[in-house]
Amino acid sequence: MSELLRIEGAGKRFGDFVAVNGVTLSIPAGRLTAIIGPNGAGKTTLINLVTGALLPDFGAIHLKGEAVTRLAVHHRIRKGLSRSFQIMNIFARLSVLQNILVPVFARRGRAGIPFHGMERETEAVAEARQILQEIGLRDQENLPAGALSHGDQRLLELGIAVAPVPELCFLDEPSSGLTPVERSRVSGLIRKLSAERRTTFVIVEHDMDVVFSLAEWIVVMNRGQVLAEGPPAEIRENRAVREVYLGEELST
Amino acid sequence: MTGRLPSRSTILLVLLVLALFGLPWVVGRYPIYLAMQILILAVFSLGFNLLFGYTGLLSFGQAGFFAVGAYGCAKILLAVPNLFLGIAGGVVLAGVAALLLGMLSVRHTRIYFSMLTLAFGMMIFSIAWKWRDFTGGDDGLVGIPRAPLEIPGLLSISVATMERYYYVVLVLSLLAILAMYRLVRSPLGLTLQAIRDSETRAAFAGVPVRKYRLVAFTIAGIYAGLAGALLPPLENTVTPPIAHWSTSAEPVLATLLGGVHAFAGPIVGAFLFFIIKDIIVRFTEYWLIWFGVIVVALVMGFPGGVMSIFAKRRT
Repeated sequence: MSELLRIEGAGKRFGDFVAVNGVTLSIPAGRLTAIIGPNGAGKTTLINLVTGALLPDFGAIHLKGEAVTRLAVHHRIRKGLSRSFQIMNIFARLSVLQNILVPVFARRGRAGIPFHGMERETEAVAEARQILQEIGLRDQENLPAGALSHGDQRLLELGIAVAPVPELCFLDEPSSGLTPVERSRVSGLIRKLSAERRTTFVIVEHDMDVVFSLAEWIVVMNRGQVLAEGPPAEIRENRAVREVYLGEELST
Repeated sequence: MTGRLPSRSTILLVLLVLALFGLPWVVGRYPIYLAMQILILAVFSLGFNLLFGYTGLLSFGQAGFFAVGAYGCAKILLAVPNLFLGIAGGVVLAGVAALLLGMLSVRHTRIYFSMLTLAFGMMIFSIAWKWRDFTGGDDGLVGIPRAPLEIPGLLSISVATMERYYYVVLVLSLLAILAMYRLVRSPLGLTLQAIRDSETRAAFAGVPVRKYRLVAFTIAGIYAGLAGALLPPLENTVTPPIAHWSTSAEPVLATLLGGVHAFAGPIVGAFLFFIIKDIIVRFTEYWLIWFGVIVVALVMGFPGGVMSIFAKRRT
């Protein structure tokens, strides 16, 4: 498998606290990876470093062999990175369709067209509708996004994250706050998108059912460092990992 | 077009525009003067609301660009009596000023952006106040001609009377309103609203956020500049108070009155602003106090402005 992302000894300090402490990690194309670990392990901070929400204090990040360590967010998106957020982050006052149109316009270089209605961009609109179809929100395209149910907003966020047609997409706790039914819908969707699109997903997740049903590779983080990584079966048996989780969640 | 019947609001709109064109035949000079003031504030406020209501940036310095448009137009008209040149010059100068100051301002958001724009606006005010040789200082610039619309060798239309100049203001304002109407429905308008709703999400959707903030800031400056450039031929003078921060407050108040979240909010607000002011000044010279009371009452009762009353009825 070809290497998509390489993190080399990356780290981030917040005052005296080292949230991410020299993480080295390689993510190959096409392998659905899950990052797990207890609260405060540095999972979200690591995603923030890779996607550009935060700049690392040390270390380097390479995307497809190219250094992107200090690149502006929108440039990273153009190079094939994308992400969703742990805390709901959608365009609440725009319609569901418009939420998807924003990244579609940006990718097609049409975001600055000033003199005709957005509905005249027929190719972009068709593409956005296709994404809505995939995430199952086509019927609600004219609703304000803020009026959707929590579960549907999560799906919409997933839609915004995949709309830039990323090669590498980070999903930060895609199933948090969802009912079991919605949770299986979201993980089904991730599996489907992972299979159909040329996107490699990396999910940060607390729900072990979701992790073990989806991931082909698991990275365990603890105290800002990588504790272990490997295929799910191996991680399940890993002693150090079991200790971190007190043997509870992984025993199922 | 298909055989769709025009909606009731379309018919009302057409009637309103026709009425505006017919106004000089019906009313005297003062209402015409008032109508021009309203149109100028409407254009000024529309630009302001592209920043505030659509992009989520509250600028307290728009009077600076209004003044650049006004002084620019006045200086040009005093040198070359051609209204085309004067207005175009004022607009371009205001746009350039907004582009330059915008590069510094849009690095910040929220209160920091607002304070920066306030500071830049007051900087322009002090230039208007202190640079006697160029701006006339506190006397301002006087004797600005209502110059003809002229393309040398092709045409020359005199707009010296108040009625004729009214049509210049009316046509340019309507064009500005139409352009803005298209803009907010375009992909650019969507991109700006996405930035307003969530700056982070927009950046992660691939939108270069700072660049588009600067675009919005420059367009708002151009609208302020157009509004400002229309003023000197009307008043024949320009004085520093138009650059003062209290002038920046006018589009803020008009927009709050009319409604931030409706396209027509700033236009309706500009109308209400002058009508309310015109009525109050008949009773007291402290009109601003009473005006403040009315704005506070309206904003507390209808946070979405007057336009929200109509919106609620419709649904």
